[in-house]
Amino acid sequence: MLELKNVTYTVTEDKGSKNIIDHLDLVIPDGKFVVITGPNGGGKSTLAKIIMGINPVSDGQLLFDDRDITAANITQRAQMGISFAFQQPVHFKGIKVIDLLRLATGVNLSVGKACEYLSLVGLCAKEYIQREVNASLSGGELKRIEIATVLARGTKFSIFDEPEAGIDIWSFQNLIQVFENIRKTVQGTVLIISHQERILNIADEIVVIENGRVAKQGPRDELLPELLGTASAVNAGCSRLTPEKGAVKC
Amino acid sequence: MLDKIQMQMLTEVADLHGVPEGAYNIRVNGEKAARNTTANIDIATKTDGKSGIDIRIKAGTKNESVHIPVVLSESGIKETVYNDFFVGEDCDVVIVAGCGIHNCGSQDSQHDGVHRFFVGKNSRVRYVEKHYGEGDGRGKRVLNPVTEVYQEAGSYVDMEMVQIKGVDSTRRVTRAELAENATMVVHERLMTHADQSAESVYEVALNGSGSSTDVISRSVARDSSRQVFEAAIIGNAACSGHAECDAIIMDQAHVAAVPKLDARNVDAALIHEAAIGKIAGDQLIKLMSLGLTEAEAEEQIIGGFLR
Repeated sequence: MLELKNVTYTVTEDKGSKNIIDHLDLVIPDGKFVVITGPNGGGKSTLAKIIMGINPVSDGQLLFDDRDITAANITQRAQMGISFAFQQPVHFKGIKVIDLLRLATGVNLSVGKACEYLSLVGLCAKEYIQREVNASLSGGELKRIEIATVLARGTKFSIFDEPEAGIDIWSFQNLIQVFENIRKTVQGTVLIISHQERILNIADEIVVIENGRVAKQGPRDELLPELLGTASAVNAGCSRLTPEKGAVKC
Repeated sequence: MLDKIQMQMLTEVADLHGVPEGAYNIRVNGEKAARNTTANIDIATKTDGKSGIDIRIKAGTKNESVHIPVVLSESGIKETVYNDFFVGEDCDVVIVAGCGIHNCGSQDSQHDGVHRFFVGKNSRVRYVEKHYGEGDGRGKRVLNPVTEVYQEAGSYVDMEMVQIKGVDSTRRVTRAELAENATMVVHERLMTHADQSAESVYEVALNGSGSSTDVISRSVARDSSRQVFEAAIIGNAACSGHAECDAIIMDQAHVAAVPKLDARNVDAALIHEAAIGKIAGDQLIKLMSLGLTEAEAEEQIIGGFLR
């Protein structure tokens, strides 16, 4: 279980300081598929980075399985079982896809096993395994590889920061399937930052973050109807592409 | 015949774990230690008074290699060696050079190799040159290689220059002249640390129509080391040239990249790219989020970058 108590993240600006996350309390129970949504600038990505330890909190406390991790750095949190898929995947010169998967698993992964992880995210593995993780790959490909590194770690708490950001509509359709798969196969807790209705649709629980605080939290069936049509639940696809979900006409 | 340190040096600079196959000339502490010639590749000691060898590769020689490693394991040796390679037409050969210095003494050890390549029409040459230094003496380990390449029509030269560890001071000068449809590709990998200094100067003249070059340097400068990368491409014909310098700067290091493009023909297409910067913070964060410590992450990033 992850628990955030009275967490505040303050940045200093020209006009003084601002709380991006403002005395926020949140509990993420084990084994749930939780989607965090809310308007842009509300603090969602900042919150995800606070959980990974990328952004240090200004105030408050984080507990992971009842252990205080407030002072733990990124490496320590990763080793405790938290993973993070970046919104904008990082490029590396000279580091190949298989190297990244090997670092993620911490073992000298066989090519066959590495290929399995890539297949999970819908990539034809043989074409990618020896490629460098750089701009020669498309945004959608990098995003899937990023997600594969998190799946390969298989930790008990996985965070995905806006997996749909920066990819085209066709890649998006495939990505949804990847997450539907993760929903079925991943045992641990999954936390996704997303605006997308189709991702919200597969959540157990939805958290709405606004102005650095939890505005709402509850089961999907309760929260999703009132979010539909707002900025918190955008329908990315055309209705012709998603007829089964009764999507809004585009 | 070779002692343990000398064998270790050979492994570092030429990936040799014993006597190589094919033609070779092993030079240890200023003396010829071993030599082998083959039906197609002849190696002869220079007779014009200069120290060094002439390597002659017969036209049509394919899939053969020449190893000419140099080892300095005594402190205080300073030498200038002239090696000339005459590669006939239609060859496809690999040449492995390299110099390892083990200096435990207080005197400087220095090897200045002057290599000239005369590459015949339509020949392909892959040239690998590694520099390595070690030893805890106060004496400096100095390498100043000069490489001259003369490529005839349709020839292809691929040079890999590597200096990762232990050389205190280097000034590398590489000059090339390319005839029509000749191509030269250079991959340089360099890492300096402590108070080392390294200069790389490339000057490639694209003289023939259809000639091309790609000079790529990747380097890491740590501690208070200094690096200078100068790449000049001269386009005298309808040609294409590309130079790229990509450097990671760390600690108190100093890196300078000096590009020079000199087009003397309206159809010369020349490009230079240079980027110097520290290790990107998001790269470190990504690898740390996979469970690596900051130091381990740094090591992986540098290792990949210099691969």
